Amino acid sequence: MSTLARTAVSYRGAAEGDSLSPARPGSRASSGAQGDGAKSASLALEGVSLSFGGVAALRDVDLAFADGSITAVIGPNGAGKTSLINVITGVYTPDRGRVVIKGRSYSRSPTSRLASLGVARTFQNLGLFKGLSTFDNIALGLSFAARSTIVEQALGVGRARAEVARTRRKTDEALEHLHLESYRDRLVGSLPYGVQKRIELARASVAEPHFLLLDEPLAGMTMDDKVEMTAFIRSVRSRLGATIVLIEHDIGLVMSLSDRVAVFDYGRKIAEGTPAEVQADQAVIDAYLGVPHADEEA
Amino acid sequence: MSSPASLPAAARWLFPVLAIAVAVVAPPLMNSDYLYEAILLPFLALSLAGVGLNVLMGYTGQLSLGSAAFLAIGAYAAFNINLRVGLPLPVTIVAAGIIAALVGVVFGLPSLRLRGYYLAVSTLAAQFFVQWALTRFPWFSNDSNSGVIDAPTLSVAGIHFVTPLGRYYFTLTIVALLTALSARLVTVKTGRDLMAVRDHETAAKIIGVPVLKAKLVAFAYSSFVIGVAGVLWAFAYLRTVEPDGFNLDRSFQILFITIIGGLSTIRGAFFGAAIIVALPLLLARASSGLAGGALDSGSLDMIQRIVIGVLIIGFLIAEPDGLAALIQRAPNGLAGRVRPRSSPATR
Repeated sequence: MSTLARTAVSYRGAAEGDSLSPARPGSRASSGAQGDGAKSASLALEGVSLSFGGVAALRDVDLAFADGSITAVIGPNGAGKTSLINVITGVYTPDRGRVVIKGRSYSRSPTSRLASLGVARTFQNLGLFKGLSTFDNIALGLSFAARSTIVEQALGVGRARAEVARTRRKTDEALEHLHLESYRDRLVGSLPYGVQKRIELARASVAEPHFLLLDEPLAGMTMDDKVEMTAFIRSVRSRLGATIVLIEHDIGLVMSLSDRVAVFDYGRKIAEGTPAEVQADQAVIDAYLGVPHADEEA
Repeated sequence: MSSPASLPAAARWLFPVLAIAVAVVAPPLMNSDYLYEAILLPFLALSLAGVGLNVLMGYTGQLSLGSAAFLAIGAYAAFNINLRVGLPLPVTIVAAGIIAALVGVVFGLPSLRLRGYYLAVSTLAAQFFVQWALTRFPWFSNDSNSGVIDAPTLSVAGIHFVTPLGRYYFTLTIVALLTALSARLVTVKTGRDLMAVRDHETAAKIIGVPVLKAKLVAFAYSSFVIGVAGVLWAFAYLRTVEPDGFNLDRSFQILFITIIGGLSTIRGAFFGAAIIVALPLLLARASSGLAGGALDSGSLDMIQRIVIGVLIIGFLIAEPDGLAALIQRAPNGLAGRVRPRSSPATR
């Protein structure tokens, strides 16, 4: 098993081998899409380990996300998938390792500056503002970019004027892209789950991020909703050209959607590659069928 | 911007305009000083304090038990500015509000690390510290006995507001202005940030809402409004105040106004204040009418506490959105319309 895991890690060699070079501060990875052979990755994890008490959530994870790709992170419950996103967004500080965002490497991801760095995420159990309307929820995705003072806002003059117009335009566009116009002024707390998931995707994408981290965007949805959501995720990618990291339980659903798949089990990345490669990987099959872990310590 | 309120835009304007019109026209018709001195002046000052606390508690989700401290800061700051600097009254009031806001920011700093009950306990520090400081240092009350201060006459540009009616109009103007400003604040971008912090602080931080700034703005603005309410309380309503009048009971009074009236509604503070001000008077009337004065003031006070306690528990259980929500729904119910927030499509 460990041999297989190592084999899986070596997939990185060709596709994302240059991902470590932008780690040096100052040297910025180019964000434009390049040829197939040399895709750069301006979002990466390097040797990240994280544990809670004695329980290891992530073990020495190296993972680079090629620019403009959709990478699915899959694995059983407790495999460390959500921890991965929480490390990238600074909710958790890793015990070891670094997070690389646009050529800068962080021992703790700068949570409050993520939005201006172009990183946006959704939450597994929804992180919406329940007391606010759909419009306001999505508009809050643009809050970080505002520069107007509170006085300008109260009087509706100066920078605030332009910002209000921009917020309204962008938010209405996002509402339209995700077919949410009819919910515009409704409180989100009362809307169906599938719609709330879509609102969260709209909020995360409204500021046109470079990196979009989606934590189980399909969980708990009906099949119809899932198909629709998959189409929305595709359209967000083609519209924004964003690098998308997608956490999902269900292998089947993400295979058609993803360019790359990384498989996690017990906090370890056990395989990575194209969907076809991963599907044929023995370690992956074992993890999903629940074969005992020979290399599990203790 | 887009408010989740279910009223159409015209109706949303109708209510405040109508309320102000009634407030301007109706009281002089009654021609009773008692009305101003015992009901309307405390009602307006407490309503404004309720609006201020609601920005912090209802809109930003930061529980505070120290509101009375900021009433006191406003009152004593205005007294000292008037005494030692001698600025025009409107400037004095704004300056007193700003001083309250600065102190509010200092006592708001723990909110950057603490949440919920822990924060509430830390705001008690403001309550006890301010009351202690005003009593301990005679400078604040110009060396008067036990910190009692007498308010100067209210006058703006040579016009004196001495009569109860004059003081009432003066108070009404300031309360109307600050209420309008508060209603505006919660609809602009910063107001949206406040509500995001209230509803989901972690998500707010990650999507780039300036959480720390939002919290401090909420503390500053809320303290400013409560500070101005304190000036009105001291200068227009009581005209002689002592630090003891701004005790924890007063803080709870403002808290109850906010809860009974309805969190996250500006108008709720007025409904809540109406109940809190009217209840003791109604009880006293009822007792002299029904029991023929058999109840002494101590028992009345006790009954009043019980009734308010029951009201609070009742509202927290049955209508957490307070009187404002009840009142807003009432006409809809009468017209047989469906309650907007739970229309069939949303279930």
